[in-house]
Amino acid sequence: MAQFLQVLLSGLSTGAIYALAAIGFTLVWQAARTVNFAEGEFVMLPAFFVLIGVHWLNMPLWLALIFGLIVAVIVLGLLFKKVVVEPMLPNGGLPLIIATMALSILLKEGAKQVYGAEAQPFPSLFPQATLHFGGAVVSVQDLMNLAVSLAVVVGLTLFLNRTRTGRRMQATAQNPRVAEILGVNTRRMVLYAFLVNAALAALASFLISPIYLAKFSNGETLGLVAFIAAIVGGFNQIRGALAGGLLIGVLDNLTATYVTTEYRAALPLVLLIAMILWRPQGLLGVDEGRKV
Amino acid sequence: MVNGDTQTIAHVGYPTSIFKSPLVDNPRFVKQCVSAAVVPLGVKADGPAGFSPDADGRSTIVCSTLRSLTHKTAYRLIDRFGGPKGGEGMNRPRFLAAGALAAALSLNVAVALATDTVNIPCVCELSGAGAVAGTNFHDGAHLAVEEINAAGGILGKTIEMTDMDTQTDPMTSRALVQKAIDSGAYAIMGTIYSGSTIVNMMVAQKAGVPQFTGAEAPNITQKHNPFIFRTSSGAEKGVPALTSYFKDQLKARKIAISWVNNDFGKGGHDVFLAQMKKAGIEVVADVPSEEGQADFSADVSKIKQSGAQAVFVYLNEEEDARFLKEARKQGLKATLVGEVTLTGQKVIDLAGGAAEGAVAHVGLATSAPIPSIENFVAKFKKHYGRDTDHNGIKGYIGVYAIKYATELNGKFDRKALADKLHGLTLDVAKYPNMLLTTSWDANGELSRESFITEVKDGKQVVTGTVPAN
Repeated sequence: MAQFLQVLLSGLSTGAIYALAAIGFTLVWQAARTVNFAEGEFVMLPAFFVLIGVHWLNMPLWLALIFGLIVAVIVLGLLFKKVVVEPMLPNGGLPLIIATMALSILLKEGAKQVYGAEAQPFPSLFPQATLHFGGAVVSVQDLMNLAVSLAVVVGLTLFLNRTRTGRRMQATAQNPRVAEILGVNTRRMVLYAFLVNAALAALASFLISPIYLAKFSNGETLGLVAFIAAIVGGFNQIRGALAGGLLIGVLDNLTATYVTTEYRAALPLVLLIAMILWRPQGLLGVDEGRKV
Repeated sequence: MVNGDTQTIAHVGYPTSIFKSPLVDNPRFVKQCVSAAVVPLGVKADGPAGFSPDADGRSTIVCSTLRSLTHKTAYRLIDRFGGPKGGEGMNRPRFLAAGALAAALSLNVAVALATDTVNIPCVCELSGAGAVAGTNFHDGAHLAVEEINAAGGILGKTIEMTDMDTQTDPMTSRALVQKAIDSGAYAIMGTIYSGSTIVNMMVAQKAGVPQFTGAEAPNITQKHNPFIFRTSSGAEKGVPALTSYFKDQLKARKIAISWVNNDFGKGGHDVFLAQMKKAGIEVVADVPSEEGQADFSADVSKIKQSGAQAVFVYLNEEEDARFLKEARKQGLKATLVGEVTLTGQKVIDLAGGAAEGAVAHVGLATSAPIPSIENFVAKFKKHYGRDTDHNGIKGYIGVYAIKYATELNGKFDRKALADKLHGLTLDVAKYPNMLLTTSWDANGELSRESFITEVKDGKQVVTGTVPAN
């Protein structure tokens, strides 16, 4: 039982971080009707912004984190929208998807060139202490990762549902033309979606890099798992992305502990196939019809 | 079609079986409607130095030091002959200057016949999962190259070391070893990852090019390859050194093993299991992980629940660090014992305090209280501004092994280099840049004194010595 509790908590902690990245997929989909295949690199890169702040600019950690967040929002939010999305979007969804694939390669290789190919240690944001619950040893870091991620998701949900700007963003996502007719500045709302996505990716980066280490190739795994989590949970619902991320994190850990470690990487893919076959809209997603 | 007007280009060298130019260039000539053909002509190095073209210029035999014509050269030939342009005819007899083919590659048997340099490429993992090991190996090798060149080179020739990044991908490494051979490599430094070395060493073996690897999987020196040489001892020599440590010092009766599921890990895992069985120690958890794996929570959890008194950790550097951090996070109390990588400097840097107390048997230790190694470590730090690990030593001594063995031969001859190394012992008193007295057997397996190390206060500390076996 102690082991199960430990594995469950660890899975929820990792899954919550996957959920942050998965929500990013959802937001970009809702804002631009496209899949951002550079989302994994969006989670990889902010860790390097922080390391640049600490090692190159001699900032204390707290300042480097703020610096990393701001740079991430500007580069991965504002610049991404202006330089990649806006020019490509008039050409349709597929060219934009391909552009994000190219961006993914560019960001990965760029990080490798600038900072090097070796993994880098990333300072932990939380104490390395452990707590004991009924025989289980639970790490404070896991608890805090879970708590922070859930708090951010709750905060984001409240923002989208309870604030005027949030409701305008939802209106823009649901029907941009009608929203514009009703006086919503849809361009600004779309921009906000990209900025929020960049901020979520940065937060995911700060939480996961102490465990995964900061490495240019981290985005490959994270991006794939987050993408699958978004599909499994429901690509058009934030709560679906959260559910998908938590589910993948927990099932991955349980599989590796009780079934097999060698084939754990297959589990998310099996889930993806099963979900597409039986419930394409995802666990909590809404069935979308489209006129063709 | 070959007829009486066909221009023949002799690709001269030995052995001709490795020539690629007839296969590559002849179809191009056909496609471009050029009446020419490359034909292989087997001539050993001590054969005639050259031929004169026929008086009528219809067929030209060119003596070259070629292994293959570069594609650029082939297209230059096509330009010289010309294809059918606006109805022009074919079969224009042309006279090929030998110099047009001078930009070609060296013979298999002898290298750098008329140049002042000797080509020793570094084919190693500069990115991907193996970047830590590869970068240190690369930097150690380059340090040796700079020192040797400053002191006059090898037999008066300057070493030219080009870098080729395998990206820790076996198939890429195979292609790069071929590229290194095509560029006229006298010997090859690298690769470090066993999975890549097992694949690419066959290419070097076929070409008869000596290869100095940092890989440690046992099967590398069990394939009767006379051209492979280790720069550190393999797992079949290193892992058994831990048996007495588990049995007599830790007095462990139950052990878990965490190992990476690649050729390096599998080799060490199999040797370790056999050793534990012989020693009567029970392996209570056998936990494989994947190369590049980031999440070790399930692995550590399984080991923790198994009741193991000690854990044999046989992972690559980054995975070691992640494992150590997870073990600390979950409060794993069992002693963590590794082979080669666990107490390396990079692992300590990545894992921080989580590495404290980890023990490892290492073939090479930068922390060894041996003057030659201390001197190397200081030199490396001064040159690169950072600490190295055992891979830096591997790269360094590999280049010096090439130098010393070549000078013992008195000539640049790949086969002679390989033959000299088999059964050779380089005594550190006479060959100080080997850092430790080093021997190779007939399979290229290396023997040398080794060390038991422990991480204390963030540093790798040598706590014991194991004699060469």
